Amino acid sequence: MAGASEARAIADVRRNWALVAPALVLLILGASGPILIVAVYSLLEPGDYTGVTWRFTTEAWVSIFMQRDIFDGTLGWSEAHLTIFWRSVKLSLLTTLITLAVGFPTAWFIATRPARQRAMWLFLITIPFWTNLLIRTFAINEVIRAEGLLNTTLMGLGLISEPIRIIYTDTAVLIGMAYVYLPLMVLPLFAAIDRFDLRLVEAAYDLYASRWRVLVRVIVPIVRPGIVAGSILVFVPSLGAYVTPRVLGGGKNMMIGNFIELQFGQGRNWPLGSALAMMLLIIVAFALLLYVRTTSAGDRRHG
Amino acid sequence: MARRAAAIADLPGFAAVAGAAFVVLYLPIATLAVYSFNAGDSIALWQGFSLRWYEAAWANTAVQDATIRSLVVASLAALISTVVATAAALGTTRTRAYRGQTGVYMLINQPLMVPEIVTAVALMIFFATIKKATGYMGLGYLVLAHSAFCIPFAYLPIRARLEGMDLMLETAAADLYADRWQTFRRVTLPLLAPGIAAGAMLAFVISLDDVIITEFVKSAGQDTLPTYMLGQMRRQLTPEVNAISTALLALTVVLLTAFFLLNRKRG
Repeated sequence: MAGASEARAIADVRRNWALVAPALVLLILGASGPILIVAVYSLLEPGDYTGVTWRFTTEAWVSIFMQRDIFDGTLGWSEAHLTIFWRSVKLSLLTTLITLAVGFPTAWFIATRPARQRAMWLFLITIPFWTNLLIRTFAINEVIRAEGLLNTTLMGLGLISEPIRIIYTDTAVLIGMAYVYLPLMVLPLFAAIDRFDLRLVEAAYDLYASRWRVLVRVIVPIVRPGIVAGSILVFVPSLGAYVTPRVLGGGKNMMIGNFIELQFGQGRNWPLGSALAMMLLIIVAFALLLYVRTTSAGDRRHG
Repeated sequence: MARRAAAIADLPGFAAVAGAAFVVLYLPIATLAVYSFNAGDSIALWQGFSLRWYEAAWANTAVQDATIRSLVVASLAALISTVVATAAALGTTRTRAYRGQTGVYMLINQPLMVPEIVTAVALMIFFATIKKATGYMGLGYLVLAHSAFCIPFAYLPIRARLEGMDLMLETAAADLYADRWQTFRRVTLPLLAPGIAAGAMLAFVISLDDVIITEFVKSAGQDTLPTYMLGQMRRQLTPEVNAISTALLALTVVLLTAFFLLNRKRG
């Protein structure tokens, strides 16, 4: 009898693998596998024109942060590269903070509506969430560019005499990223606040807690997994952003994503581009690891 | 009672910030849509209502080609990713945990975690090698890439649906001497259908929206609607781009509404 159930279990496992196999093959061919090639390319020399020369070197990894002096070959910090990394990290952190500051009250507002209204507000957040990123970037571009909505309105009201120059600055990229990634912050926050038991707030008020103390000592600690999830969901795509900095930042205000592309285009340094891509992946992996560690203690239902 | 609960939940300034957030989210999109109906050439100066930019976009052969290509790629990617995701969902739910299952989850969700630009350059390198070796330059690369990154989006609603399903019905079918295939075909699949439809819709929208991976994978002359628009943004902008955006936006809203209605029935 035990033998029969064991045989069944083995058959089940075999069936499961047969069912997941097509998806895995597609994912390995069309997503994960090629990333291994990038890892290999990051350890090769650049080709004469494009591509790579198959000689092992760690030069690409070194040149992420360092550059060799043309004359004596000594290593020094590469300021151009550090500037791009710093801008990417800074803008991504600021984007996360801004979306959190705006997203938390928004999610709270939605979660505390009566059930019928809640679905409608949630749907209103979901539409921008699923709307093409390019369209949203383009929409915000129309608002902040020199002859855009913001400047024409302010000038029409006589508040300013000449257009404020926002477009093609770091500020433009920041505004754009906060705009496009806000729904990514609101949705997980909503999920966390939705499960929050409002009686706890009532209890805290009964114990003479001020509103501020209720927020900081009761609400925030309990919805923390949602805050962490939202922050990760905003930080990760911000760090790898490509479209928004390209459209709103112009050529000068590059972020890591644009810098990677440059190495495969005009830069003609595929190994450096590959090393930068791997570096980005490593940073993202750390952020995700942090996320898993902070949330696995709380809600843990399935794999 | 309801009033009291609402008062407890009120935090000063929160409703104001939320209201502002909704205005800020929708104002740019609304402006974009409004100016797509502008009679003038400007995307900032209103000169009366007209459909000329929709007509212009409709008559533009580059836009026509890009639209057809977008729809073909999105349809194929949605079809392929939904079929394999359905199988994968059946192979990962309602079963005892098996060795390698965590690895399967990680692989399936990988496109949600890895920055798109990394996958984009990886595919560019990989496909460049294949293009050189085989000489094939067709749409296959785009379809493969899109099918892969659509898998998690198709998978999640299907898996959610499966987890909420009652095993009793299938057990009953088996008791009535239905074989495995009959049970699947006559019981599991019909019950699963709303999840599959939802997954396919999400996959379709995700594929239709993709910019970065398409931009890096496409061969010359293989613009989709988003990459065509990205190209246009380097030039003088006319409301034609607004018209294309608004049409795409309308399509997204229609699909999303359908998705929500499908999901609501479950409850």
